[in-house]
Amino acid sequence: MQPLQLSHYTLTSCLGRGCGPTLDALQRRASGLAARQFESAALDTCIGEIANVDEVRLPGALAAWDCRNNRLAELALTQDGFAAAVGAAAARHGAQRVGVFLGTSTSGILQTELAYRRRAPLDGTLPADFDYARTHNTYSVTGYVRARLGLAGPAWTVSTACSSSAKVFGTAARMIEAGLIGAAVVGGVDSLCLTTLYGFNSLELLAREPCRPWDRARSGLSIGEAAAFALLEPLAAAAPADAIAVLGVGESSDAHHMSAPHPEGLGARLAMQAALADARLAARDIDYVNLHGTATPSNDAAEDRAMVEVFGTSTPCSSTKGATGHTLGAAGAVEAVIAALALRHGFIPGGANTTAPDPALRACYVRESRDASVRRVLSNSFGFGGTNCSLVLGRA
Amino acid sequence: MNALRAAIDAIALIGPGLSGWDEARAVLAGERAYVAAPTAVPPAVLLPPNERRRSGLAVRIALAAGAAALDASGRDPARLPTVFASSSADGDTCHAICEQLAGDDRLISPTRFHNSVHNAPAGYWSIATRSMAPSTSLCAYDGSFVAGLLEASALARARGEAVLLIAYDAPYPEPLRAKRPVPDAFGAALLLSPAASAGSLAALELSLGARTPEPLAIPALEHVRRAIPTARALPLLRRIARREAGEDVLEYLDGLSLAVGVTLCA
Repeated sequence: MQPLQLSHYTLTSCLGRGCGPTLDALQRRASGLAARQFESAALDTCIGEIANVDEVRLPGALAAWDCRNNRLAELALTQDGFAAAVGAAAARHGAQRVGVFLGTSTSGILQTELAYRRRAPLDGTLPADFDYARTHNTYSVTGYVRARLGLAGPAWTVSTACSSSAKVFGTAARMIEAGLIGAAVVGGVDSLCLTTLYGFNSLELLAREPCRPWDRARSGLSIGEAAAFALLEPLAAAAPADAIAVLGVGESSDAHHMSAPHPEGLGARLAMQAALADARLAARDIDYVNLHGTATPSNDAAEDRAMVEVFGTSTPCSSTKGATGHTLGAAGAVEAVIAALALRHGFIPGGANTTAPDPALRACYVRESRDASVRRVLSNSFGFGGTNCSLVLGRA
Repeated sequence: MNALRAAIDAIALIGPGLSGWDEARAVLAGERAYVAAPTAVPPAVLLPPNERRRSGLAVRIALAAGAAALDASGRDPARLPTVFASSSADGDTCHAICEQLAGDDRLISPTRFHNSVHNAPAGYWSIATRSMAPSTSLCAYDGSFVAGLLEASALARARGEAVLLIAYDAPYPEPLRAKRPVPDAFGAALLLSPAASAGSLAALELSLGARTPEPLAIPALEHVRRAIPTARALPLLRRIARREAGEDVLEYLDGLSLAVGVTLCA
């Protein structure tokens, strides 16, 4: 692919609001996971909840879009000057030439979960104030962000479970290369809801402790919530020397199982190899791999096999899900922005919560954050239905 | 505004009163009358028998449309990238989960949970066809068909190979149906190539704009077009059925539509 510059980027998760607090937390190897209950859930697990999301108010003209997921989108858009940077890009390209492609797994489903508790006693109808299109539908978060940023170009949601907001980088690249748009806002937004908490609980995939990726004692994942955005534009000849670009996107399918990874990590390997080929790079060119690393026994084992086949056992890698939790449809964009932070600030984030790496896993897992020369990063995102996406980001 | 080119190599269509592309082509071409009838969704023959019995409407309509496009094209699905586009995922599963979470027993079934993801049909498709090729699943509410057409055409262009677009909708049960009244299931699958070849049906030129579409001449079909998001494809399919070169406008987002220039192939 033609490299695309990340002209601007931001993320908000349980680690903090915006890039600064996130960078600080990652360098300190802090975790935002805590044993607490979301809403009316009663589950023995830890979550990565963002404080005060429900105090966020949407701009008055957009009040009909109000739900936790769009509040989280609004909160993140206003960090790091992101909305203003998009406004400037829209002025340069024209609002119709800026696309919006966002990933989410559950969008505003919490709003529907809550509405189902308020059904009319006689006929079971949903309350009149429930707005399906603008708060529940899978597109609602993308529609909200497009309206909020005053954009008028093509837009859609990619919803492929936990690879969603990695795949949007590929969508944006193809639409820009086809000439239909000049720039794109990409990202991911997924907020806590009962469907995913009780759903992962039903699959017996939730850890009781804060999740411990790659650990001998790992026992499952911790669910988090997050929003992350990037403004993508073709790499200008006059790009600054420290510009960061997405260099390659690789996608594959497992063709194996709806909720379990291919045991040999075959789909994961294909995605990583495709991303390297797309970036015209070899495995030895990668300085750090941000793993999918959910901390379920099966994911980490399968991903490790794929890692060792592609990279051998000396390329540094870690999962940042011990810090952020698994932010599901937002994870791809969250970890792309973390990759950008690692490139910009020259460090490798150590995997929080991991104390005793599993000796059966052979990849070079980094536990302590450390300064390093990082020029190329590969980031993995895999999801239900056997969907895989790897991104390569680097110094332009 | 720049245009994106693609070619349609095969078409499948299943909707209310339209039991397949042969029948739909004849109706759209004016060779036979349109008779409104509930969508007859075939069983998901790609799935093993036990999964076929359990599969929900969204998976069945998506897989049926995709399988019909494979039959029409003779393609091997194992290497074929796919784009799934739908205005909602599996409405029955969504309803069942929300209903259970509103009650005292919140222990939802793990199968129901993995079927709730928007890309569940894509997952079943890839397992059934043993395809490890890239696949994506999109939603743009009422504009989902155009989103899928753009993504699939851009993907075919970028990869230099054919891509299968499977657009589908399945209705919600009550009480969500009152809030989102999609009346019936609809599936449309297009095999899209980056350029026309000997076997192509039509060459397309896609460009974004602000024009509004002409209504379909048959009122009952125009009702379907307005009521079911995937049926927004009908003006394009009607033109191909009638073998008339020209341009159609497909509804997409507020203030943005897709103009589709059609050139017929041999």
